Amino acid sequence: MPQLQLVKCTINGKYTETMIDVRASLTDMLRNSFSLNSVKKGCEVGECGACNVIIDGKCYNSCIYLAVWADGKEIRTLESLLGPDGELADIQQAFIDEAAVQCGFCTPGFIMTAVEILETRKEYSRDELRKMLSGNMCRCTGYENIINAVEKTMFKRLRKQ
Amino acid sequence: MYDIKALYEATSVENAIALLVEHPEAIIIAGGSDVLVQMREGRLANRELVSIFKLDELRGVSMDDDGTIRILPLTNFTTITNDPIIQKYINVLGEAVDMVGGPQIRNIATIGGNTCNGVTSADSASTLFAWDALMELTGPNGVRQLPISEFYVGPGKVALEHSELLTAILIKKESYEAYAGHYIKYAMRNAMDIATTCCSVNVKLSPDKKMIEDVRIAYGVAGPMPRRTSTAEELIKNKPVEMEHINAFAKAALTDVNPRTSWRATKEFRLHLVEELANRALIEAIKRSGGVL
Repeated sequence: MPQLQLVKCTINGKYTETMIDVRASLTDMLRNSFSLNSVKKGCEVGECGACNVIIDGKCYNSCIYLAVWADGKEIRTLESLLGPDGELADIQQAFIDEAAVQCGFCTPGFIMTAVEILETRKEYSRDELRKMLSGNMCRCTGYENIINAVEKTMFKRLRKQ
Repeated sequence: MYDIKALYEATSVENAIALLVEHPEAIIIAGGSDVLVQMREGRLANRELVSIFKLDELRGVSMDDDGTIRILPLTNFTTITNDPIIQKYINVLGEAVDMVGGPQIRNIATIGGNTCNGVTSADSASTLFAWDALMELTGPNGVRQLPISEFYVGPGKVALEHSELLTAILIKKESYEAYAGHYIKYAMRNAMDIATTCCSVNVKLSPDKKMIEDVRIAYGVAGPMPRRTSTAEELIKNKPVEMEHINAFAKAALTDVNPRTSWRATKEFRLHLVEELANRALIEAIKRSGGVL
């Protein structure tokens, strides 16, 4: 008999209640119960950042976060960035413009880390950005274009203020 | 899905201890960045877990009336690095734990888990050894304190009894007052890596900054457990701040270490690091204390 537990949490702005197997990771819950497939199963041991989501404003690897711990939390995934008519967010567009996407598997994780960085509304040096993005691995791009995309969006948003 | 036999979510420290007494096979899960990974690898397959993750009473950094810094075990590394008390009095600990994994790991990984895991490479451990930390353990029979050097009893083994929890890490005022330190992690990558060898040093200079009154040095991955090297510490006490003594100190550090060859590095390379890191870390610690070389 699986041990089930009720998890009440807000996912991408919507309040939800789900019965969840205590053995599930948050990645399992977001993908299987909510079809949020931007949350990738990469290494599944907290090394690659492909499953990165924002919980109460901070980034976590959802693969090493038990689903039952999400009770009472506010969770955001890449899907939350989509506009009402399917428009991309500025950071997503910047990834396209800067060719920061190749195979795309790491991209949702990187973008959610970038969202946390951009929402601090501070200016960071490239070295600081590199460190803040260091929990995400990309095997295609060599990182330069990703840092360009985040830096460009950071400057754009700061100038708009 | 993790191979968890059963999960018991503790509601308080007392409840966690009661759950551990009730389930003698259960292990504690704090942030999960070690336990869940080992579960995935199969090393901890089909185990019962007592989760203390939701015990906010075990989070935070504060200062007791006598100046003792009290770090609660579930405090994550990001919080420690940004904490004003840590930054003001023992900044090197914040710098050391800022080198763990990547930002996401530092948001979930706890300092209690890092030490209770018992591994020699833990970035917090060598610095806590260098600050002479005390470990406060709470169990069914009450609270006891152990110096961190007695807390580590073997590779991957600490002095926690089955039903005991680490409930605080304490750093006494006499351990940090007038000391400044430096930590060096030598690893192959700048992030998401484990130390090849790491070294934490703190130093207390005389008021005129010319003499070394006290030095504490500790290593990770220079042996099966994190450790201090007392031969080097004794040698440099009450010596003037001069390169000759620093070099002798770094050589003396080799007497007390016992690194091994692993897939990460050879014993010979680690011995080279032991000497070199002692030298560099002490020089930087002296500079931070206001000494001139």
